[in-house]
Amino acid sequence: MSATTGAAGGEPIITLEGVSKRFGSFQALRNINLEVHRGERIVICGPSGSGKSTLIRCINQLEHHQQGRIVFDGREIGPHAHGLDQIRREIGMVFQSFNLFPHLTVLQNCTLAPMKVRSTARAEAEALARRYLERVRIPEQANKYPGQLSGGQQQRVAIARALCMNPKVMLFDEPTSALDPEMVKEVLETMIGLAEDGMTMLCVTHEMGFARSVAHRVIFMDAGEIVEQAPPETFFAHPKSERTRTFLGQILPHG
Amino acid sequence: MFHHFGTNDFLFLVAAIRWTLALSAIAFIGGGIGGLVVALARTAPLAPLRLAATGYIQLFQGTPLLMQLFLVFFGANMFGGRIDPLIAAAIALTLNAAAFLGEIWRGCIEAIPRGQWEAATALGLRYPAAMRDIVLPQAARIAVAPTVGFLVLLVKSTSLASIIGFVEITRAGQIINNATFQPFLVFSVVAVLYFALCWPLSLLSRHLETRFGTVSR
Repeated sequence: MSATTGAAGGEPIITLEGVSKRFGSFQALRNINLEVHRGERIVICGPSGSGKSTLIRCINQLEHHQQGRIVFDGREIGPHAHGLDQIRREIGMVFQSFNLFPHLTVLQNCTLAPMKVRSTARAEAEALARRYLERVRIPEQANKYPGQLSGGQQQRVAIARALCMNPKVMLFDEPTSALDPEMVKEVLETMIGLAEDGMTMLCVTHEMGFARSVAHRVIFMDAGEIVEQAPPETFFAHPKSERTRTFLGQILPHG
Repeated sequence: MFHHFGTNDFLFLVAAIRWTLALSAIAFIGGGIGGLVVALARTAPLAPLRLAATGYIQLFQGTPLLMQLFLVFFGANMFGGRIDPLIAAAIALTLNAAAFLGEIWRGCIEAIPRGQWEAATALGLRYPAAMRDIVLPQAARIAVAPTVGFLVLLVKSTSLASIIGFVEITRAGQIINNATFQPFLVFSVVAVLYFALCWPLSLLSRHLETRFGTVSR
């Protein structure tokens, strides 16, 4: 499997071994094995219901797996893992529907977790928040409420909010799927900026242009399984599996 | 023996408003504190807490307030001497209000989208912090209008305390009626006084609904 590793090697930061997950009688994940290395950028794609969101939601235990092991930075995580909240603060997550806190300003959205979870002083938390808002290029919106921003701006705030916890890994769950087309670009550019800074990223997305330009590895999932994984140039030029070819044929422009 | 309903009788009724208001205030504050506990238990991740809260709500919603009042009043008399009607009424109304407010607020808490919990959880907030800092402030906005609406019901419910001898407006009306024997006039005045208390609250509730009615801004 070493051929699938794109980034610098070393100890993997996330390891999944034989992870399975059911929702009632629906098998969402089947025997998933995956290693993510520090600095690695992985794009996960696949048809809807293929388990790609469930996979990344298991990594921070928004969903609990029933079989197998998930190890993050040397610590095994599960529903009853000790200090689960301490592991979660190391893992940033960006949601399809942003999930900003509507009763708090943009700045408060960004300072809440550092202050409550890490006991950061307000002044320090605000300085940190302003730095990340600068980085996602919306410092001037700090005192507005999420409802006053466009979708693209909200998603960039969500990215800044996650970054304020100084995470070791960022999980993106279809971050551009709920956006109007003209706002997709600004969010992708923010994500590309993060990638250039060396952030370890797992992105569930159908933005294949993004996958081509920043991913070290593209994973294709179907029916709860990892069907195929390869560096993007190989993945798009020579997909091995018939299921991958069918999927790519459906989402990529012909020509 | 009987006299005609006069100014003094009217002032006696008006003066009794303070006891209706006092009882309403005690029950609302006590019921609010109890209701918060019930709502939190009702939505807690621990099944025994949810079960206990559900049982409490069903018990108090499934029996008449008058019976609850009787049970507290006569029950206390049975176990330990006399109980002041105000205290008995305050206890019964508080317990009752806690059940109703708890159920109203449960709905408000559950109306907050799951994504809010997920975002808080993903940031490393534990359940109490997520509830306090993320969910309750948003739920409170939705809760304002129905809570004031319930307060209107509560003010009218205090009239039942007249039956155990607590002199609020309704009991004051009965006393005046016994002296004047002009029930239609006396209880019309009593009804108008209730209306004067409740109508502004209803207007306030409607105003708050348009102001805080939406979940997000």
